[in-house]
Amino acid sequence: MLAFLIKRTANAVFVMLAVALLAFVIFRFFGDPVEMMVNEQATQSDRAELRERLGLNDSFATQYGRFVVNAVQGDFGISYRNQQDVMVLIGERFPATFELVLVATVISLVVGIPLGVITAVHHKSRLANLLQLGSIIGVSLPSFVVGILLILAFSVSLGWLPAFGRGETVDIGWWSTGLLTPSGRAALVLPAISLSTFQITLVMRLVRAEMLETLRADYVKFARARGVPRGRINWVHALRNCLMPVITLTGMQIGNLIAFALVTETVFQWPGMGLLFIQAVTFVDIPVMAAYLLLVSFIFVALNTLVDVTYAWVDPRLRDDSVKAGGANG
Amino acid sequence: MADISMTSDPKTIATDATTEPVRRTRFAALRQTDLWHSFTNHPSAVFAVCLLALVALTALLAPVITPQDPYDLASLVLWNAEIPPIWNAEGQWPYLLGTDTQGRDILSAILYGSRISLVIGFASVIVALAVGLSLGLIAGYVGGWVDNVIMRIGDVLLSMPFILIAILITAVATASLPAGLKDVLAAPILIIAIAVPSWVQYARTVRASAMVERKKEYVMAARLIRVKPWRIMLHHILPNCLTPILVAATLNFGLAILSEATLSFLGVGMPPDQPSLGTLIRIGNQYLFSGLWWIVVFPAVQLCLIVLSVNMIGDWLRDALNPKLR
Repeated sequence: MLAFLIKRTANAVFVMLAVALLAFVIFRFFGDPVEMMVNEQATQSDRAELRERLGLNDSFATQYGRFVVNAVQGDFGISYRNQQDVMVLIGERFPATFELVLVATVISLVVGIPLGVITAVHHKSRLANLLQLGSIIGVSLPSFVVGILLILAFSVSLGWLPAFGRGETVDIGWWSTGLLTPSGRAALVLPAISLSTFQITLVMRLVRAEMLETLRADYVKFARARGVPRGRINWVHALRNCLMPVITLTGMQIGNLIAFALVTETVFQWPGMGLLFIQAVTFVDIPVMAAYLLLVSFIFVALNTLVDVTYAWVDPRLRDDSVKAGGANG
Repeated sequence: MADISMTSDPKTIATDATTEPVRRTRFAALRQTDLWHSFTNHPSAVFAVCLLALVALTALLAPVITPQDPYDLASLVLWNAEIPPIWNAEGQWPYLLGTDTQGRDILSAILYGSRISLVIGFASVIVALAVGLSLGLIAGYVGGWVDNVIMRIGDVLLSMPFILIAILITAVATASLPAGLKDVLAAPILIIAIAVPSWVQYARTVRASAMVERKKEYVMAARLIRVKPWRIMLHHILPNCLTPILVAATLNFGLAILSEATLSFLGVGMPPDQPSLGTLIRIGNQYLFSGLWWIVVFPAVQLCLIVLSVNMIGDWLRDALNPKLR
């Protein structure tokens, strides 16, 4: 187990170093950092001095090493656009994205699991076919289209819910939350639904597949023979055995949801990290782009590693060499 | 299609050919396959194929069937701007789905936009297939450090969210290109940006199969009679894994169209003067609150229909070609 743990961690570190290399190459070679930072009046010697001070004359390896060391300490430099510390900028935006992803995840589980159970239990019925069709439509709807249609329906036509922004927020320490005010909660509804559409269909399809298999198991037949009520068998006995893969999927999808939140955040002008990133892309604000890339990849890799390690801990058969790096994500 | 379905089920055709030595057309042969049988028994698959064919055909014939060339500025008449769809009281012929704020016919814009979306989606799947299959074959057949390097690059690509890689590639490419070239190269950049994160899946599939096949006796025999390695890979190993590759490619075609639309919607894709469906939705999104809903809704519906039909075909293919479900 220890060997597996070390190997898996080393793997994650290797992947992160490679992502950092990519971020560093973008940072260093697309647009001259000095030109981005100095103002128009700067003389040639000012620039040369800044270049020296930033260490841009050092060798590639030295600069990369420094970039990694700084990144590990959360230092991604200064934003080109508004001259603020990149980590502070991201820190301000992180709670908004986190709350959005959290609520979307909860919605996807609360809606997706029952739908999956229903389609599995009543499979071949008309309702199940309809839900199956719904799930394939859900997979095919781009999340920004869902967002736009929700805005058209609930903000423009009905005027029930706000179409952009985060509403009022309350600061708890450095964390600003929108969950505690009515306007904050109202603002969260449409973005969260739009972000969770795809995830709902994923959960639903997974639960359905798992349930179909579990319902054929012997213990379910015995429970039926013993006269346990149908509802209890389906929703307690069988469902419980299907939840492990659902938890895995949810865990691994959180990284994807954070990345996909940038689309939702653009539609709803939600002030999260994704919107910050898209604005950084428009203004070629490379330190912010690099920091966002590293942060999201880190969350992604960390969750995948955690899931793999947990699985290996639960199931010793997975500890051998056949486990491929990152093989569990798709 | 005919070739693929025949290779996927060579047995049926072979036995038919021996028992019935009549010369038949390819179509007749196709109708004997299990795949065709399954197709005709799945109304949703038939529906999806018809829908996709209709979309492709209208997109292809767009210059012939549309009332105006939406990007020829001379054909735009400003007093025809903001006309609602035809079934509305203020609707006007020939603007079936209405016009935008510049007097551009929405239906024409959609058909021209579908062309761009379909071409980019298709091209990125082809590029990803070409790269993924060759790298996967090489990795699996050669093995050793070559295999290690290729698959490690794949691991790193899979450890970043798909959409993030695509955005970064387009952002970096457009930032480093001179202004004049940006718009000309927008489509090729998008094709590469979508292909880069998607080749890994093909490479993994074909590599696994190549690693199994290369140890088998027929490959050994081929090597003994000095068949060239690339010939062994292409003619002997590759055909063994075409089925899963076909399913993955179909589903990825839908994903590629979705990704292109998302990138264009975010403003890092096709420019407004050669808009794909995503760009049209991005433009229409600005008029969301001014009551001009048709500018955004119809391109969105078209996009959803395309992706839906591709996904339905992909789902059906996956089940139809899965030997466990036969």
